[in-house]
Amino acid sequence: MIRVVLPAHLRTLARVDGEVELQITGPVTQCSVLDALEARYPMLRGTIRDHRSGKRRAFVRFFACQQDLSHEPPQAPLPDAVASGAEPYLIVGAMAGG
Amino acid sequence: MSRVRVLVGTRKGAFVLSSDGSRKRWEVSGPHFAGWEIYHVKGSPADPDRLYASQTSGWFGQVIQRSEDGGETWAPVGNEFGYDGTPGTHQWYDGTPHPWEFARVWHLEPSLDDPDTVYAGVEDAGLFRSTDGGQHWQELPGLREHRSAPSWQPGAGGMCLHTIILDPAEPGRMFAAISAAGAFRSDDAGQTWRPVNRGLRSEGIPDPAAEVGHCVHRIAMHPSRPSVLYMQKHWDVMRSDDAGESWHEVSGDLPTDFGFPIDVHAHEPDTVYVVPITSDSHHFPPEGRLRVYRSRTGGEEWEPLTKGLPQQHCYVNVLRDAMAVDSLEDCGIYFGTTGGQVYASADAGDTWEPIVRDLPAVLSVEVQTLR
Repeated sequence: MIRVVLPAHLRTLARVDGEVELQITGPVTQCSVLDALEARYPMLRGTIRDHRSGKRRAFVRFFACQQDLSHEPPQAPLPDAVASGAEPYLIVGAMAGG
Repeated sequence: MSRVRVLVGTRKGAFVLSSDGSRKRWEVSGPHFAGWEIYHVKGSPADPDRLYASQTSGWFGQVIQRSEDGGETWAPVGNEFGYDGTPGTHQWYDGTPHPWEFARVWHLEPSLDDPDTVYAGVEDAGLFRSTDGGQHWQELPGLREHRSAPSWQPGAGGMCLHTIILDPAEPGRMFAAISAAGAFRSDDAGQTWRPVNRGLRSEGIPDPAAEVGHCVHRIAMHPSRPSVLYMQKHWDVMRSDDAGESWHEVSGDLPTDFGFPIDVHAHEPDTVYVVPITSDSHHFPPEGRLRVYRSRTGGEEWEPLTKGLPQQHCYVNVLRDAMAVDSLEDCGIYFGTTGGQVYASADAGDTWEPIVRDLPAVLSVEVQTLR
């Protein structure tokens, strides 16, 4: 089970409290996690990555295991601790603006 | 008894202000979508409980919300605004070509007769339509593909399509306005467009009378006389008597003809309202006195309306989509400020009272008259 932590505004939009748990079949990558997340919560499509290009939105960041994964290739495997559910995958609204 | 519902979009959420026809006591609901910028909220003329809201964020992009119960509950609908085909370029601030990029929806204009059909004016300038209640959006690319489009440049707020007017008398005729390209008209339901800027003069562009390039801030029409249009331009208040074919200035005795919103009395097609703002470099009322100006002669002759409005130390702005009128017998006028006040007049502007004083900066105000 993959654990995903959403930023507050996206938790409100998706109407979830706390962490989201996702079952992923196949390789656990940023792309497969986001695909599963958007399949479960279609209202999140376009809010994390661009509808057409799939590119991460500029002020969204991806963290896990104290690492910034934002610039990692979308198909790269996520750390084992994320794949096992020991650590959450964090989707973060970047600190910007006021 | 009739009621009114005022739909307010702000920098940090949407608010719904409700009253009976007396418009003395108001219920305030909100913030809806707290923390998000709400550029516009508007109800369907065909089903007043069907509302659409444009919810945006620099972090998380565009969301469109829909309500079926007059704003008590909401649900997100489709938010994919993909330009048709491969979009070309417009001019960037430095004069270089810049690819069209979707940023946000500025204005939502529901169809006059079908609650499921709604138009969206977006930045970078483009016109979209949904015919399934906002679930899916298709661009009407004829506007963005106009031969002049590669020369369009953004205004300071971005290259936004901010005004959409549907002609109630001529099926298929619609108007759109873009900052800073100008006014455009379609006579075939948005398939093809042409600029309608003849008579506009803008000193801030190389050819003041150019076909396009004018920073039109707002256009208003009275539904009983749709060939007459009023425009608040960057500078100048303008009027057209031939559905945009030509314009003439009606700024007359206004203290300044810079401003953003313009609107028309619900029952008097020659009664027009503007809020003069000092200048393009001083976005606040002249002398710190917030005054709405009313013309009962279709322009040229204007009177200040001040009762109940702050007449000292007032340095707010009123943005282009932040004024609206109701259609009760005594026409109500409403506007919101960047200081978070929403003012209402239940007597066509003679006297004003704030409905609320401390909202986030107001981006848009719409009014529904419910019978």
